[in-house]
Amino acid sequence: MIALSDYLTVAALLFGLSMAGIFINRKNVIILLMCIELMLLAVNINFVAFSHYLGDSAGQVFVFFILTVAAAEAAIGLAILVVLFRNRRSINVDDLDTLKG
Amino acid sequence: MESIYNLGLLIVLAPLAGAIVAGLFGGTIGRKGAHSVTTLGVAISFVLSAVVFKQVVIDKVGILNQTVYTWLVSEGIRFEVGFLIDQLTAMMMVVVTFVSLMVHIYTIGYMSHDEENWPAGSRAGTNSYQRFFSYISLFTFSMLVLVMANNFMQLFFGWEAVGLVSYLLIGFWSTRESAVYANLKAFLVNRVGDFGFLLGIGAVLMTFNSLDYSAVFSTAELHKNLTFSIFPGSEWNMMTVIGILLFIGAMGKSAQVPLHVWLPDSMEGPTPISALIHAATMVTAGIFMVARMSPLYELSETALSFILIIGAITALFMGLLGLIQNDIKRVVAYSTLSQLGYMTVALGASAYAAGVFHLMTHAFFKALLFLGAGSVIIAMHHDQDMRNMGGLRKYMPITWITSLIGSLALIGTPFFAGFYSKDSIIMAVGESSIPGSGFAFAAVLAGVFITALYSFRMYFMVFHGKERMDHHTREHLHETPWVVTLPLVLLAIPSVVIGAIFVMDMPFGNFFGEAIYVAAEHDVLATVGESIHGWWGMALHGFLTPAFWLAAGGVFTAWMLHRKGLDIAVVMKERFGFVYKILDNKYWADEIYAKLFAAGGRGLGNGLWKVGDVALIDGLMVNGSARVVGVLSGITRRLQTGYLYHYAFAMIVGLLALFSLFIFR
Amino acid sequence: MNFEIPNFMLAMPEIFVLGMACFILILDLFLSERSRVVTYLLTQATLVGAFLLSLGLYSSARELTFSDSFVLDPMASVLKLAVYAAVFMVLLYSRRYLRERGMFRGEFFVLGLFGVLGMMVMISAHSLLTIYMGLELLSLSMYAMVAMQRDSRVAAEAAMKYFILGAMASAMLLYGMSMIYGVTGSLELGEVSAAVAGQGSQLILIFGLVFLMVGVAFKLGAVPFHMWVPDVYHGASTAVTLYISTAPKLAAFAMLMRLLVDGLGALQPQWHDILLLLAILSLGIGNVVAIAQTNIKRMLAYSGISHVGFLLLGVLSGSPEGYAAGMFYAIVYVLMGLGGFGMVILMSRAGFEADQLEDYKGLNERSPWFALMMMFLMFSMAGVPPFIGFWAKLSVLQAVVDANMVWLAAVAVLFSVIGAFYYLRLIKLMYFDGPLELSPFRPSPDVALLFSVNALAVLLIGLFPSSLMAICRQAMGL
Repeated sequence: MIALSDYLTVAALLFGLSMAGIFINRKNVIILLMCIELMLLAVNINFVAFSHYLGDSAGQVFVFFILTVAAAEAAIGLAILVVLFRNRRSINVDDLDTLKG
Repeated sequence: MESIYNLGLLIVLAPLAGAIVAGLFGGTIGRKGAHSVTTLGVAISFVLSAVVFKQVVIDKVGILNQTVYTWLVSEGIRFEVGFLIDQLTAMMMVVVTFVSLMVHIYTIGYMSHDEENWPAGSRAGTNSYQRFFSYISLFTFSMLVLVMANNFMQLFFGWEAVGLVSYLLIGFWSTRESAVYANLKAFLVNRVGDFGFLLGIGAVLMTFNSLDYSAVFSTAELHKNLTFSIFPGSEWNMMTVIGILLFIGAMGKSAQVPLHVWLPDSMEGPTPISALIHAATMVTAGIFMVARMSPLYELSETALSFILIIGAITALFMGLLGLIQNDIKRVVAYSTLSQLGYMTVALGASAYAAGVFHLMTHAFFKALLFLGAGSVIIAMHHDQDMRNMGGLRKYMPITWITSLIGSLALIGTPFFAGFYSKDSIIMAVGESSIPGSGFAFAAVLAGVFITALYSFRMYFMVFHGKERMDHHTREHLHETPWVVTLPLVLLAIPSVVIGAIFVMDMPFGNFFGEAIYVAAEHDVLATVGESIHGWWGMALHGFLTPAFWLAAGGVFTAWMLHRKGLDIAVVMKERFGFVYKILDNKYWADEIYAKLFAAGGRGLGNGLWKVGDVALIDGLMVNGSARVVGVLSGITRRLQTGYLYHYAFAMIVGLLALFSLFIFR
Repeated sequence: MNFEIPNFMLAMPEIFVLGMACFILILDLFLSERSRVVTYLLTQATLVGAFLLSLGLYSSARELTFSDSFVLDPMASVLKLAVYAAVFMVLLYSRRYLRERGMFRGEFFVLGLFGVLGMMVMISAHSLLTIYMGLELLSLSMYAMVAMQRDSRVAAEAAMKYFILGAMASAMLLYGMSMIYGVTGSLELGEVSAAVAGQGSQLILIFGLVFLMVGVAFKLGAVPFHMWVPDVYHGASTAVTLYISTAPKLAAFAMLMRLLVDGLGALQPQWHDILLLLAILSLGIGNVVAIAQTNIKRMLAYSGISHVGFLLLGVLSGSPEGYAAGMFYAIVYVLMGLGGFGMVILMSRAGFEADQLEDYKGLNERSPWFALMMMFLMFSMAGVPPFIGFWAKLSVLQAVVDANMVWLAAVAVLFSVIGAFYYLRLIKLMYFDGPLELSPFRPSPDVALLFSVNALAVLLIGLFPSSLMAICRQAMGL
């Protein structure tokens, strides 16, 4: 039997990993988009696990919504990426430093 | 009630509307438009005030006490705009709007060549005519707000607004240095008074926890014995503290010694303004305020005594200064100071009704005297020195007759308006028994002689005797246009009859009803009233009083000196050089203020500036802290590096910081 | 199984805006470039219609529907009305600006409307799910709006930063929501609130609360989750900045109230501390860093951060008076923010962005009227009486003092004094410095009129603050 805490631990690890990915990665913006997806998935694990152990389906419904929103978010993220690349010919995170101060 | 409420709104807003239109669109509507719209506004106000007066005073429909707008409510204290229209307010409204209307009409003539008073091409001089009308309408509005208030906050607003507009008006000819100096002086001296006034309102708020008149007055009796420790060990009665503080405000506005210095200098403004300030608005504000606060003042004999003595000093010593002036407007100005002293004495003696009665009669004859003086000044091509006048009665018959009426009213000739009010005051003071009343009685009696002397000195110098003006001026001497003489005639009528009409009602009757409260033991007017039987009898009896003989003596002295071709100012200078010097320097009040307060203040300011400001505040705190903040700002903005991963990292640090709040406590 | 039909009437404004947004989206495809104005007019008409609908639905009662995940109470009504009005003004301001930059396209208005819908859902949300949906609808619209200026390097950069950080913040919010769900077993705020009150402050609840707060603080732009604010305000085109910086703050305030007061009211001592930290940091960083700015949009961004600090002060006092003060502050801030960025739009023209402080030098000589109007706005933001900003600050400070935190009020006043410096500096530039260009200043009449109305409103409402204050108090049930 897998305990609730196991699921939560996995989710927390995934979440932490993706957060670290956002601020450690200094090269490719696409990796940032992947990290964001991963964060949302970690949350999904949480919701599904809780939903199962609580015996309440609302959490799983929430997961569907999150998945949908994540798809929309990815679409917009990639669109912005395209605009960025058109303007700068680079998707290097280090180059995004015109706005500061 | 509803109708009075609506009328009240119209009365207040009509002059404001006029002022706004003339002020903002003066260039568009032109001179004619500006004076029409403002005069119309004030005329509406006057007519409606008369209607309100009829309803409140004659038909006795009741007293209106209504909130118009609740500005805000804080800690249970309501800050409101509201009307209290009772007999006192109704009377003030009529006086204010009537005099103001006369002044508006008169100004059309007086200011018609105002462009000559400005340096050529001066920017401030463009549309000055329209601006002037806008100001005097605004002044009327402010005064109406003040008298119609039903709470201390609105009273204070009106009070400050009157002060502000008077500042603008006295310094109207802003290119003249003396005008700028005078308006600054008026403003500063009034600030001193307003400081006391504001403290007084603060004390009221502290004691009663309300700013509403009715709430304060109805509970005043309960706080009668409340004491308050200003310094440890000295207990003050709260009512005395409130009374004196509020009266300090009145001293500033109503120009009582020692805050009187601004009033003579306010003559630097155009003459219509002097009339408006001296007769109907501004200076009467203080008198009105004390009368309005009678339920508070009745609880403190100390405060009343203070008022009485200040008033008596003003009445006597300011009159003396009038004796030696050569500027026609200044003579009238000092006479205003002295008459304000009379009103204040009446207030101090608890004869509020007599004080307000004198305020009313004085408004008419003083406006008349001022406008008469203005008329003379117009004819003399803006020369104000009486030594250059003389024999004008031949050239300006209307001005001559009306000025004579004004002077007779001023000195208290029986049957004229001034007689009834002044005599009621003198008799009331005679009956009063509060500390200082003996001195006050002597002072007001002596004042009668002085008043007669300087008034008729002026009258003889201007209208009789040799024609001392230069040839050019004499050739152009003629009566002024109808817009100037009409107000003179219209003001001369009440200056004669108004006293006889109201004497049995106002000081000796129950004209004011609940509006003025007098404690039974202070009610001197009731005692005096027992021996008065009708206006006719009072006037006849007036011929037998010492006051009449003193006044007659004053006129006689003036006439004798005039016949001998002597001027009292010159006589005094030759024979009583010392006294003349004192008077000529106006008791050195200006110098004392300049040395003691202005210079002292400047010295103190300089010292504080050098040590405190420059070194400590500027150097250490302002510049220092500005520099520190600047440096800090420069450093902290570097945190915003522009790198996404730093931003993300900051968020994670923030997250951890929030956690640490709960881990480390 | 009982199935009850939800009361659709309560959500009528949302349904109307959704329908209209979809209709405009499709209609716009068939419009030629020249008749684009139809899109604009329809969008404005939609906002007016939604305003009337919400006004008609206004009642002092609190009604729940859609299985209790949607609420309509006075606070929701008032905030929605404010959102419509704010967005209406944003679009009015930006019409000519967008035209001159080739951005007068249907997408802008459709995205704007979807953003409004997102705000409406956030304001009326009564379950974690609806809050999240509203938030995402708003955020996604705004990411796209920032990126709309396709040929601008800074706009693309700003959009990317906004997107990454925003997605991260909403992921944290979701993580917090999952924790709350796990402990309370429900998504609906009423049940959450009951469960939290029953269980007391468990560690895991606090864990969830902190993650939730990150999401909310990010949306509000409170320090240290503010990093996106200056970059996005600066990088986005001014019309978009105007949109982002105003109405969404109202929605964020509603989200704060729904989550903390309606949902986690029992954890007040805990979130009080969090808000305190956020408020002090925001006041400090916002006011201090604003001083070093030379770009007016960045300056206003930092000033906005400091205003958020003030807003939080009102909420953290934990009393209905404090919430009313916070709401009052939010509405006032939106009004002033509209004026502030409206000023930039007013001064800009085709091919010229007036986003440097020195562009405002000597404005008094070029146009005394607009210099005066801008002075009104700056005074109001600095909190000088009698402008509306003063009353907003005063009511918040009063709530703070009533909650026995006089020291906090003193800190807030200290920082606003520091803040007054940069507002006054702009006034100094306008009045005491010589202009860089001497050409007379000719703004387009519609923007000029709107801006004047906006600035005068700041003065007029400041003279008569009691009615707006009364509305806010009523919305909080006082």
